[in-house]
Amino acid sequence: MSSATNRKDVNQPRRKARISYRMALNEALAQEMQRDERIVLLGEDIAGGMGAPGEQDTWGGAFGVTKGLLGRFGRDRVMDTPLQESAIIGAALGAASSGLRPVAELMFMNFIGVCMDQLLNQAPKFRYMFGGKVTTPVTIRTVYGAGIRVAGQHSNSYHSILTHIPGLKVVMPSSPYDAKGLLIASIRDDDPVIFCEHIALFDKEGAVPEEPYTIPFGEANVLREGEDVTIVALGRMVEFASTAAESLQKAGIRCTVIDPRTTSPLDEETIIESVTETGRLVVVDEGNPRCSMGTDISALIAEKAFYALKAPIRMVTAPHSPVPFAPTLEDAYLPNPQKIEAAVRSVLERRGD
Amino acid sequence: MTEGRISTWYVAEGTRVSKGDELVDIETEKVANTYESPYSGILRRRLVEEGEALPIGALFGIIASDDVPDAEIDAYVAEVRAAVVTATESGAGGLAPQLVDIAGGCARFLKRGDEGVPIVMIHGFAGDLSSWLLNQDVLAESHIVYALDLPGHGGSRTGEQVTSIREFADFILAFLDAMNLTKAHLIGHSLGGGAVARMAIDHPSRVASLTLLAPVGLGKEIDSEFINGLLRADRRKDMMLVLGRLFHDRGLVSRDMVMNMLKSKRIDGAVDCLRAIAERNFKDGLQTISLRDELSRLPLPVQIIWGASDKIIPSEHSAHLAPSVSVHLIENAGHMVHMEKAAQVNNLTRQLINAS
Repeated sequence: MSSATNRKDVNQPRRKARISYRMALNEALAQEMQRDERIVLLGEDIAGGMGAPGEQDTWGGAFGVTKGLLGRFGRDRVMDTPLQESAIIGAALGAASSGLRPVAELMFMNFIGVCMDQLLNQAPKFRYMFGGKVTTPVTIRTVYGAGIRVAGQHSNSYHSILTHIPGLKVVMPSSPYDAKGLLIASIRDDDPVIFCEHIALFDKEGAVPEEPYTIPFGEANVLREGEDVTIVALGRMVEFASTAAESLQKAGIRCTVIDPRTTSPLDEETIIESVTETGRLVVVDEGNPRCSMGTDISALIAEKAFYALKAPIRMVTAPHSPVPFAPTLEDAYLPNPQKIEAAVRSVLERRGD
Repeated sequence: MTEGRISTWYVAEGTRVSKGDELVDIETEKVANTYESPYSGILRRRLVEEGEALPIGALFGIIASDDVPDAEIDAYVAEVRAAVVTATESGAGGLAPQLVDIAGGCARFLKRGDEGVPIVMIHGFAGDLSSWLLNQDVLAESHIVYALDLPGHGGSRTGEQVTSIREFADFILAFLDAMNLTKAHLIGHSLGGGAVARMAIDHPSRVASLTLLAPVGLGKEIDSEFINGLLRADRRKDMMLVLGRLFHDRGLVSRDMVMNMLKSKRIDGAVDCLRAIAERNFKDGLQTISLRDELSRLPLPVQIIWGASDKIIPSEHSAHLAPSVSVHLIENAGHMVHMEKAAQVNNLTRQLINAS
């Protein structure tokens, strides 16, 4: 179905069907800002200062996600900020609580330390502590993940720390389709949402509808179904899990691959139902292993689907270490399709074999 | 649809097959369909495993007589695979729908085939041109076939929202004009069936023949619980239950089918548009239009195909029309008769078109 009944845009030139994750995010921001003038953007280098003659946004964001928005919406709605996360996020919270709908950018999830009070003590608790008199419709976009050689202070996946905090919603799209729909849903949500963009996915292409659309939170995407093992994966790990599953298929091992898409709220029902059928679970998360989404989902299944399990649960994660800078070490640090395959095979082994 | 998955092979390598024998089951984004052998001979190679997915156009088997040497077969397979790689790299592949500006809006359509009197196919409520996945290519073997999106569906749009059968008929006429088609065979399903019938009644000189699949407009009853359920459902489980009502065998509803329906409903404004169409045409569980008399008087070849287990619009609506209208009831098929019994529907459609 299509939505356009506005005479103006009926015959607008249409773009190609497949676009990148980066462009899907840009389109989500542009369409929402067009629809609702209360939406404003703040962040470091989201415009980036004057460029060549005629160009006002040299950067359009460190990863190009906000390129072109300054030209369309002006400096009142696309604001370069000083290098000060507590101020950026703090200002966004204040704006959100007084009637705007800001989308603030935390350039790297690693910088979260500088604004942790805002995200731990303020944003998630305003509605609760002010007896419902305040809503905080803020979206915090942030980039996470390893694999592109930016070392220990720019490569972490701290989504599990944020998932732990009641009052925050945490969203992690793995594809261009999910990225646009979930970002629009995040902006329209009246609560603080942490929107996590994976650093290695910006160029990934996929089919994305031109019209605005949403995806509900707490609905996992099931990428394939197979009765032998359930693999739950997040972010960039979703495509690694799919690659592993395709390879395992050729060996006659049939895997279900589930992408929760949001860790808070989490689609528990889909994961529990799947493990009830397969009896085996492998969780893949590139974060560090302690207190992770791996442990969270494992505990969920151990509590709610224990008797369905035919084998121990396996987690495929990074090691308990900072992210290395040396390329060979960073590659060894990250999960990959081969490690996922090995984990799947290990839960299919019989005891004592 | 860009790829299919082979779910079951029915024939082992080295087995003799005749044209028409069942070879494989292929899962599509709609339903699983059994592929019949196009040739007689020996199945010399199975080039894909059960459970494996391949892109459209991929080679998945070789049938040859038993005196063809293995080396020749291997060489052929290698050559085809190399050609596919080149084609993919050069960006070839015109399999995508196109857009055309028409009076009052913009139409999205998928064109197949390159000769013969054109055929235009119109889907039903909440569907789109991909509804004809199992039908369009078969008809395109001997005709040019256009699968068209109705306004408010797929990629077709109008300046002002349109909801009535007559406005849909006008849209189809505008499409014919825009594409310079003086005459076309029309095929319509459900709501699309009402639209093509209206179009034929109003402009019989533009229509070569009419095939209606479980159309609206021939009786009062329609399953409004289904319509309401379709409009309301926003979770996988709920939508699966709703879509199950469309088929005789509810096991045909795949995860992809459910997700595609949810995705299309989640587009801004899509549900409002559908609701407006439902209000206009199916208010309070009763159809608001009647085309029976006009259809019976139509001086054109008309056939009606209905699934005997249709839970959405009763197949009884096909009774007591003029003798000139041929009616075919298909056993073990529900409302989506063109998907559930594609081969039978394709044969009947081809017969009428060739006779016209």
